[in-house]
Amino acid sequence: MKINSPLEAYKFLPGTNCGECGELTCMAFAAHLIDRSKKLTECKPILEDKFKKKFEELTALLAPEIREVEIGVGDRVSKIGGDDVLYRHKLTFFNQTQFAYDVWDTMDEKELVERVNYIQDFKKFYVGSFLNVDMVAVRCTSNDPAKFAAAVKKVVETTDMPIILCSFEPAVLKAGLEVSKDRNPLLYAANRDNWKEIADLALEYDVPVTLFAPDDLELLKSMAKTFAAMGTEKLVLDPGTFPTGKQLRQTFTNFIKLRRAGIEGDRDIAYPIMAVPFTAWMAHDDPVSASYWETVVASIFTIKYGDIMILHSTEPYAILPEIHIRDTMYTDPRKPVSVDPGMYKVGEPTVDSPVLITTNFALTYYTVESDLASSKIDCYLWAIDTDGIGVEAAVAGGQLTASKIKKGIEDSGFDLKKDTTHNTIIIPGLAARLQGDVEDETGANVMVGPADSGRIPGWMDKNWPPQKK
Amino acid sequence: MHMTKKMKLSQLSNMLQDLDVESMEGVTIEGDIELNITGGGGLDPALAYALGHEISHVSLHMANIARMLGFPAEQLLASAFGMAEAGQPRALQASPKIQELLASKFEVAKIENWKSQIQEVTLGATSGDGGSRKSTITIGGENALPYYFDAGMPHRNHVTLDVFDMPISMAKAVKANYEDVINDPAEWAKKAVRDFNADMVTIHLISTDPLIKDTPAKEAAKVVEDVLQAVDVPIVIGGSGNPEKDPEVLAKAAEVAEGERVLLASASLNLDYERIAKAAVDYGHVVLSWTQLEINAQKELNRKLMKQCNVPRESIVVDPTTAALGYGLDYAYSNMERIRLAGLMGDDELTFPMSSGTTNAWGAREAWMVSSPLSQDSDWGPREYRGPIWEIITGLTLSLAGNDLFMMMHPTSVQVLKEVTQTLYGAIESEEIDISNWIGAEV
Repeated sequence: MKINSPLEAYKFLPGTNCGECGELTCMAFAAHLIDRSKKLTECKPILEDKFKKKFEELTALLAPEIREVEIGVGDRVSKIGGDDVLYRHKLTFFNQTQFAYDVWDTMDEKELVERVNYIQDFKKFYVGSFLNVDMVAVRCTSNDPAKFAAAVKKVVETTDMPIILCSFEPAVLKAGLEVSKDRNPLLYAANRDNWKEIADLALEYDVPVTLFAPDDLELLKSMAKTFAAMGTEKLVLDPGTFPTGKQLRQTFTNFIKLRRAGIEGDRDIAYPIMAVPFTAWMAHDDPVSASYWETVVASIFTIKYGDIMILHSTEPYAILPEIHIRDTMYTDPRKPVSVDPGMYKVGEPTVDSPVLITTNFALTYYTVESDLASSKIDCYLWAIDTDGIGVEAAVAGGQLTASKIKKGIEDSGFDLKKDTTHNTIIIPGLAARLQGDVEDETGANVMVGPADSGRIPGWMDKNWPPQKK
Repeated sequence: MHMTKKMKLSQLSNMLQDLDVESMEGVTIEGDIELNITGGGGLDPALAYALGHEISHVSLHMANIARMLGFPAEQLLASAFGMAEAGQPRALQASPKIQELLASKFEVAKIENWKSQIQEVTLGATSGDGGSRKSTITIGGENALPYYFDAGMPHRNHVTLDVFDMPISMAKAVKANYEDVINDPAEWAKKAVRDFNADMVTIHLISTDPLIKDTPAKEAAKVVEDVLQAVDVPIVIGGSGNPEKDPEVLAKAAEVAEGERVLLASASLNLDYERIAKAAVDYGHVVLSWTQLEINAQKELNRKLMKQCNVPRESIVVDPTTAALGYGLDYAYSNMERIRLAGLMGDDELTFPMSSGTTNAWGAREAWMVSSPLSQDSDWGPREYRGPIWEIITGLTLSLAGNDLFMMMHPTSVQVLKEVTQTLYGAIESEEIDISNWIGAEV
């Protein structure tokens, strides 16, 4: 965005401190505009006619450096681009990389439908919700407009996911557009040879379009400028994804250069970037090697500035790391990641099973939980509400205390005396100094576990069950 | 824009007759857009921006009308810049035909404030330097983020394979590679170098943990000697992670490895780091400075190692902690990236090469579990393929944050991580591939 202090945004706000946005003052709201945690449209007064000009001006000033482009419609619309920084810790990355998996028009129809269904149904539970993949890319391998249209039609009938139409042949893309124009598909792609015809299609159907200039940033920029001059900024840039060797290194350089120039204010190329890890399949014959390498290339360009990508392997060992590395990069670093406080059962605990305490810092919780689960230790595990702070810091900062532990257990309706035979709590080694307090507060026996949950299994062998006093 | 009502066509065509981009600066347009630009200084930059925005819209709109009136607006548009509206792009009204691509130059500057070089650290010592290694390894020395075009990267990434002084529980996919050597650390180390292309090996003295076998430091040191005998690559010596016992174990190991310039893993704030640092200084080794995902703690420990313990700068490597993909890698990544950027920008408490315990990736259930414990999940597929890729992506991610040395476990992971990091580094030649028609590729 063009401004970076709340004061600069404040000048455009009504300044009435009306509170409709949920903030006490316009200045507080302005701060949220700058860190992009609130949208200008949440200010109701500025939407009134008399502020129209200020609204429009401020909207322009707040617009992200990299343009946002929408693909698809309705609930399944995919937004890409929109970034303002080169490093996630400087703010956060917006609009996570969209993953499109391919189908092709020479595929058997039944196989195509199965593949599309597999793509749209893929899900993996993670930190309280499901990770999914996003789109279907239809490749024209027949070079036959009618065949391509039939495949696109089948995809449209099978899924609401956004679609990418892939061909360098204008007649083929037009046939695909005819059966998918209501779905705002992404065109792939305009290149040095076909750009005029593709521009006509993009404008006629008013759909986003990819510009493809393999290892030629000058040409890419020329095309982007030309398309903008002709009337569309719904552009996605593909500088080419070369899968191996020095060409891959050059691809990496191109991505860095493109995004750096965009963030630094070269509006002509400030568009979302596409990677095509699919090309890994042109370098490897063996499907496992190809899947591995595709996942590696996809990860590089999820980390370094790819906003959308086309992939081929739908093996779980490819998709799982892909969706996790994307979550890694796009998790908002400004928000501490926490789990819901409360009791969690690991395995199938009984009245004889241990009771352990940890914090609701997601990283701590999931580490402890997986350490216990992987050692097959059936137990009760409490995530105490420490505002998402880890054990050591929470003890030091007073977010993890004896009374918090007591409250956490009671709030779950758990009675140590009735629901266990041992009336014992195991606290983390890093919270050892709370031992006496927790004993006093809860009346339970308190044992101090190891400092690292990786050592719980060995600790359990020695210390569990506790000796009767 | 609703500017037509109050304007007559004759007025418009009069205006359009002498319209060109330069003269827009003095144009006054009335209607429900009122622009009265006088130029000169004193303009609020924000206002100037907004006005510029407005002007570009007006010019576009007018050019559009001009086209209807037969004015050759294409030329004007071709020479115009800044027509693009900030924010959510949309298909603009105008769609002039352009016959040739607009000329354009792509330029991007190198980063100016990366002025400091990351410290170079050499591991291992040859006979010429009082050791018995066949060759040494140097890491660090960067002047830019890894693989960036801003500056050359002097040294490639390196991998050290884990060896343990007793059998430990491992993921099945990992264990399969070491079953024949699991009771013999020296043979294990040999296999890692000979068969799995390890640049280094790490001997983890985990049996010294009082909660495991409580092996005395002196006995553990013998294992270190065995490993030094068995392989001629530089080595890392790891303790058990027990803060009470590790300083003693590492000090003794440092003594028997005198002159070999091993990496002692590790000094941390929660143990007697002075003793470990002293052993490194006395016997000519390198210290691994380990903190847990906290940049300020990393600064503090590095400062203490340098100022309080007199460890030379060229004898410090940092381990800011590696969390597995899906289990805090976001923290580990940004922590490392921040450390590296701060180092490049001159924070001399952070200008050190970095090491990652990439093996931690195997703690992720996705790496080792037979199948998802959750019935709602899609099928996770065979774990034999999931585990290595989990380790690869964890390492690859940190390589992009600036990590130099990787402590790893699975041979396939080592192979692929080396392939990709050395590709980005520029050391891998391969046949050029023509991707211009990738869409039609048969796969």
